[in-house]
Amino acid sequence: MGLTLSWLSIIILIPLAGLFLKSLELSPEQFWNILSSRRTLNALRVSFGLAFAAACVNLVMGSIIVWALVRYRFPGRRIFDAIVDVPFALPTAVAGVALTALFAEKGWLGAPLAALGIKVAFTPVGIFVAMIFIGIPFVVRTVQPVLQDLDPEIEEAAGSLGASRWQTISRVILPSLGPALLTGLALAFARAVGEYGSVIFIAGNLPNVSEIAPLLIVIRLSEFRYADATAIAVVMLVVSFVVIFAVNRLQRWAQSRIPAR
Amino acid sequence: MTIEVRNLVKKFGSFAALDGVDLKVDNGELLALLGPSGSGKTTLLRIIAGLDWPDSGEVSFNGEDALAQGARERHVGFVFQHYALFRHMTVFENVAFGLRVQPRAVRKEEAAIRARVKELLDLVQLDWLADRYPSQLSGGQRQRIALARALAIEPRILLLDEPFGALDAKVRKELRRWLRSLHHEINVTSIFVTHDQEEALEVANRVVVMDKGRIEQIGSPDDVYESPATAFVHGFIGESIELPVQIANGVVQLGDRPLQLAADGLAPGASKLFVRRHDMLVGPPGSGAFEGAVQHVRNFGPVQRAEVALSGGETIEIDAPRDRELHVGDRIGLEPRRYRIFAG
Amino acid sequence: MTMQIADSVSLSSPDAKARAHAAAARDNLRTEPRAVRIVIITLAVLFLSVFVVLPLVVVFAQAFSKGILAYLAALAEPEALAAIKLTLLVAAISVGLNLVFGLVAAWAIAKFDFSGKTFLITLIDLPFSVSPVISGLVFVLLFGAQGYFGGWLRDHDIQILFAVPGIALATTFVTFPFVARALIPLMQEQGTQEEEAAISLGASGLQTFFRVTLPNIKWGVLYGVLLCNARAMGEFGAVSVVSGHIRGETNTMPLLVEILYNEYQFVAAFAIASLLAMLALITLIAKTVLERHLDEGQDASDH
Repeated sequence: MGLTLSWLSIIILIPLAGLFLKSLELSPEQFWNILSSRRTLNALRVSFGLAFAAACVNLVMGSIIVWALVRYRFPGRRIFDAIVDVPFALPTAVAGVALTALFAEKGWLGAPLAALGIKVAFTPVGIFVAMIFIGIPFVVRTVQPVLQDLDPEIEEAAGSLGASRWQTISRVILPSLGPALLTGLALAFARAVGEYGSVIFIAGNLPNVSEIAPLLIVIRLSEFRYADATAIAVVMLVVSFVVIFAVNRLQRWAQSRIPAR
Repeated sequence: MTIEVRNLVKKFGSFAALDGVDLKVDNGELLALLGPSGSGKTTLLRIIAGLDWPDSGEVSFNGEDALAQGARERHVGFVFQHYALFRHMTVFENVAFGLRVQPRAVRKEEAAIRARVKELLDLVQLDWLADRYPSQLSGGQRQRIALARALAIEPRILLLDEPFGALDAKVRKELRRWLRSLHHEINVTSIFVTHDQEEALEVANRVVVMDKGRIEQIGSPDDVYESPATAFVHGFIGESIELPVQIANGVVQLGDRPLQLAADGLAPGASKLFVRRHDMLVGPPGSGAFEGAVQHVRNFGPVQRAEVALSGGETIEIDAPRDRELHVGDRIGLEPRRYRIFAG
Repeated sequence: MTMQIADSVSLSSPDAKARAHAAAARDNLRTEPRAVRIVIITLAVLFLSVFVVLPLVVVFAQAFSKGILAYLAALAEPEALAAIKLTLLVAAISVGLNLVFGLVAAWAIAKFDFSGKTFLITLIDLPFSVSPVISGLVFVLLFGAQGYFGGWLRDHDIQILFAVPGIALATTFVTFPFVARALIPLMQEQGTQEEEAAISLGASGLQTFFRVTLPNIKWGVLYGVLLCNARAMGEFGAVSVVSGHIRGETNTMPLLVEILYNEYQFVAAFAIASLLAMLALITLIAKTVLERHLDEGQDASDH
């Protein structure tokens, strides 16, 4: 027991405490100046904004994928089910170079898109694409077991009470999946915000335009501007904490089903 | 609303869940479908509700083809065995669901919906639970909410699948009585499925006994108990003694011993003799059709249950009144007050 | 013409109409119309193909774009071999550490009740949701030249940052949750009855652990180790921050992919990447197999 706690504190708490201690060395004014600089603000905006947009796409597409995997039978279903985990298992650097090669102007998808006048690689769109890639397993894997365990009788009950199929889905099934959907959204968002490896290759990394916050941390570190790096990290960390906390609350609430009024 | 089912067949793979079922239900009846698991009773109920479809046969409501309609259009209230309440909705919203999903043209106004839900919650005596969630209710409360939800759409027929199956013994008994009086009050044609004979006999006006996808007997609770139509019904309802007998030359034989029982009109061959436990009258040795030795005695309230080894070798259990005390080792004669013999 | 007549005849027959209606009604109580089903399946398959399958295929296509000889030559480069060796070493260290401490942490959480348990679980999850770059940063802040222990380390001539210990530490940090996360639910479900039975039969604490607890969770352990290893070998962000990118010395495989890619040595970059992609695929296959084992184990304990 004591061993567990001490190990945990060594490996997790001390490093994180170090981060917060470092940020305390900054005066509030310095802290604010770092964060309110145009480049930092833009990096945070790119990371948080695109991560949220990507998480929303993942929410919609993830729900569609879960529905297809759980409710329908089609050739290759099991393989596609297993494939969902690829973004989870594939090292991020590999995903980064692969997505870049795919969406570069001469790439398999980049070329036809370029013909349509859409540039993906080395633009914010590329960041968005990479964030969608890494977030998709989070939504699918949180929602899938819940849909699988959903009692078929509640759909029959809704039907026999006169609900149309669409009413059954929108008023009974989706609300039942609600907590799982929100959890998936939050996890995909948290992952995309902090994502580095799969994004930096395709991003173009143009300051103020396609530069993500984690990359700015790395750049500040290489410039030995540790205070800048720390301040950005603290903001991101606080958001992560809030997201985890929200997810935990959400799951507890989903289990008890007592309204959090 | 009358229901008529004609020659219904439903197969799951090679297993025949329903194997040619005919049934007529009169307006306002409270009918029990009674049978062991796998007898097809739930399948029949689900087909009437439109949740399953037969391979062949017909179902009509008031003479009108019900199979032409989906579950949505049938206006059948269905209470599921595990209630299938919507977990994310309050009790109030659960009951209101059927009213809220109606097409806009016929949908009631919000105030009317609220009034109707209130009325239903009063009917099931749970108006004080309106703002709770299903997870906060007891089993019996959930059962009654499921019933109120099914009644909200003013169903033409009410169907209940094992309505008391998931409840503990005491709540079960209370709810049985309550369901009877509720049916009396709302007077909707109702069918419920049960595997519990006591439940069927106590609650229903008529009982349909099913086995292996077929109807064995339809009758009042008294009918099916007092005059079982088949060996299965006799064995399934009430506590029966079952003995393999032979009919030969107008004589009933147990093993090679003739029994002093009338065999009028019985076909010769292997048959089964059924006697209710409490219909075996105890007398001195040699006084009845059977003779045997008491092996074991236990007391159950007003009766004593005795295990008796018959001279032929079989062991049976009888229920005798407490006034004539039995002891282990007693030799006694047994005379069936009533009995039935079925071929096969 | 005859067809039209046949159609109108069958439609005007009330029975056929009723059956057609019934067929429609039966289909849509628990599922959607055929057209909707096809659209949903198509969207799902298309999305997964574009966003997941294609990137995977691209890796191998690029790796072999100059033929198999160029591919093999790229892998035989001393730099590549050094990176592979370092990756294996770092993975071995961090998997080993996390195996031991993951087991202990899961054991403490599943079998004992103490205050602050929820906090502990949240703590274990933390590296999952912290940006890998931040995970690297905290070690720079601790052990870097200007860090809290930087001076002391320099005085004692110990190199952590920009060397193997730093890489191993950062990797251990980001892979910390895998083993514990795989084991906590498993051990919680199994409860403490078997252990109590063993102890009541006279087994010592260690005997109980090795003879009762461990055999019960071996598939879970393997599962955690598998995922932990995959992440350890593939970690990029955290390692990138602490490694210093010293060629042939502190470059793991993912870092080498980056360097080669930025030097436009695409075949070499994708050759290394293909090894990592293969690792990912093998991990996924093994994971699927293990999940089946875990499910069976649960079914067996249910009945």
